[in-house]
Amino acid sequence: MIGFQHYLLLATILFAVGIYGVLSKRNAVAVLMSIELMLNSVNLNFVAINRYIVTDQAVGQLFALIVIVVAAAEVAVGLALIISIFRQRKSVSLNDFNLLKW
Amino acid sequence: MFAWSLELAWLIVLLPFAAFALIGLFLHRWPRLSAYLSILAIGLSFGLSVLVAAHVFLGGMQETFEVSMRWLAMPGLNVDMGLLIDGLTAVMLIVVTSVALLVQIYSWGYMHGDPGFSSYYAYQSVFAGAMLGLVLANNFGQLFVFWELVGLASYLLIGFWFGRHSAKNAAVKAFITNRVGDFGLLLGILFLQIIFGTLNFSGLAAEVAGYTNTAILIVVSILLLAGPIGKSAQFPLHVWLPDAMEGPTPVSALIHAATMVAAGVYLIARAFFIFSATPEVMMLIAVIGGFTALFAATIALVQNDIKRILAYSTLSQLGYMVMAMGIGAMTAGMFHLMTHAFFKSLLFLAAGSVIHAIAGEQDIWKMGRLKDKMPITTWTFVIGALALAGIPPLSGFWSKDEILLGAFAGGYTGLYLLGTLVAFMTAFYMFRLIFVVFFGSGKGVEKAHESPPVMTIPLIILAVMAVIAGFVGSPLMDYAFARFVTYPGAVHYEASTMVIAISSLVAIAGIGLAWAIYQKEWINHLQMRERFSGIYTLLYNKYYIDELYHWLGQRFVYGTAKALFWFDIYVVNGLVNGLAALTGGAGKVLRYTETGQVQTYAAYMLAGVIVIVGLVVLAGFALLI
Repeated sequence: MIGFQHYLLLATILFAVGIYGVLSKRNAVAVLMSIELMLNSVNLNFVAINRYIVTDQAVGQLFALIVIVVAAAEVAVGLALIISIFRQRKSVSLNDFNLLKW
Repeated sequence: MFAWSLELAWLIVLLPFAAFALIGLFLHRWPRLSAYLSILAIGLSFGLSVLVAAHVFLGGMQETFEVSMRWLAMPGLNVDMGLLIDGLTAVMLIVVTSVALLVQIYSWGYMHGDPGFSSYYAYQSVFAGAMLGLVLANNFGQLFVFWELVGLASYLLIGFWFGRHSAKNAAVKAFITNRVGDFGLLLGILFLQIIFGTLNFSGLAAEVAGYTNTAILIVVSILLLAGPIGKSAQFPLHVWLPDAMEGPTPVSALIHAATMVAAGVYLIARAFFIFSATPEVMMLIAVIGGFTALFAATIALVQNDIKRILAYSTLSQLGYMVMAMGIGAMTAGMFHLMTHAFFKSLLFLAAGSVIHAIAGEQDIWKMGRLKDKMPITTWTFVIGALALAGIPPLSGFWSKDEILLGAFAGGYTGLYLLGTLVAFMTAFYMFRLIFVVFFGSGKGVEKAHESPPVMTIPLIILAVMAVIAGFVGSPLMDYAFARFVTYPGAVHYEASTMVIAISSLVAIAGIGLAWAIYQKEWINHLQMRERFSGIYTLLYNKYYIDELYHWLGQRFVYGTAKALFWFDIYVVNGLVNGLAALTGGAGKVLRYTETGQVQTYAAYMLAGVIVIVGLVVLAGFALLI
């Protein structure tokens, strides 16, 4: 039987994979995708909690929807930034994005 | 009779200060106007002083006049500003204002055309004002303030020609030497405040009379004495006075006669009740004074600079006055201060007239036969020298005799003999100077000329004063001076014919010896110099005191400075630079964490979140437990 704990476990695994991706991938697009993964794990948590703990309201589902909208907007901005940087540096590797150095 | 003049006595101090402020703020572009204002101010002060003195002496004022108001109040220390007028103050007022007035008039001629004419008169005004504030002070706090102002003004005037290296050095030397003494004086004053709780002279007099702890009184007296030793140039702080002649000559006249060195003797007289409470301190004062008198007189015997000879004679005469204080003859000391002020300012102004006439030359061997060219200067100088030598009936005779009589009748035979010896030397070196400069067999100076009336008239007035000033303290006027300048328990000695005869004889002998050597040249002074070359060199170099101080300065002050320099460089700078280096170094190390890599920053954020979460979780557990 699949229960609350399984959802939480899956969300945790997804979040951890997302963090790993954000910290280790050198490709900026891949980092963006990893961030999406983390956002989705959070959505999963919202929905699961709404289903098992706060059952009388749809707050969790509502939040999940908002997160999806915000994530879509964020991806649009993020990709625009990456394209803009790519035009400058001819690269999407984060190793080349080091202008904030001492 | 002139009681109302006492109510206006505060103007005596205020007028010169007002002149100083007006010249300094508004009139410095108009030199003639500055001089007029300064002379007018000191003239009015002189007029008021005469009225005050007339009230005190002729009006027969018995009690002292004192007004006072609180100037500074804090727990444990109250400083008043006030006026104290008695016989002592009145004498000083007359001496200071008259000499300052004549010096300022004389300066009109002497300083003519000097680019600093205006500021010269401003300094003269503040000098006179400070000295007048000092003599009118009714407490030690006010006295100290004006005491320091006198020191400041003397510094400004000695270094008036600050373009000259020697003048600049002399000004600094005078100031620093005086600081040494003033430090002791300030400590003494603070002691008085702590022990007796008041700085007022009359209050202190009452307190000291009932005080029995002699040891503390001796310490306080010696500390207080340091002030007069510095200001009145007694050994061992005498070194500044001969150098102080680097200032314009009228300034030397003022410093040597009325406004500067007189302050020290005046302080001893004013605080006589403290010093006289302990015989040990009185003995110390007498010995210091006597030693200075002899010491300076021997140096004066061989100097070649006209102003330097006069400077050492001032030292010697100040020694006389201090010695008089020490043997308890306070009245005689003040009497000598007064007569000395007249004839010494006369001598300095006449010397200034000589220097002025022959284009700044001060070496007596380059002068000669000036009596034909400058008769007024010559004869006034001779009158001053006769008064200084103590030839009757000139003023110096009466006052010097009072001191010698005090020493003789008081039982201080050693000091009496010393004083007589100094009187002989004084007559000798003064007439050595006169015969060489004004008479002599030399060919004379071609371009010499008599000074203008603005300079010679003050000389004539001072010469008259040098002749008659002594009568006020003579038996001819029934010792009028002693009746007003006195102190409780004063002893009056009857004039002794022997003392008078001996002191007159040694003075005449000194003049005669100088005449034989330098006028008739029966004895060749150059051969004498050869024969006693050891003593001559020692005296000519002023016993190497300056060199000794220089050596001590080099050794100790410079050594201490070196140690402190090391401390500054390695400890203070090390601390400051170390802190800077630490900050810089830390920055250098920490900057490697700023890689510019977004993912590194993300990792820091993650680490931060983990730490915060960890803390929250731990806190949560702690709460549960």
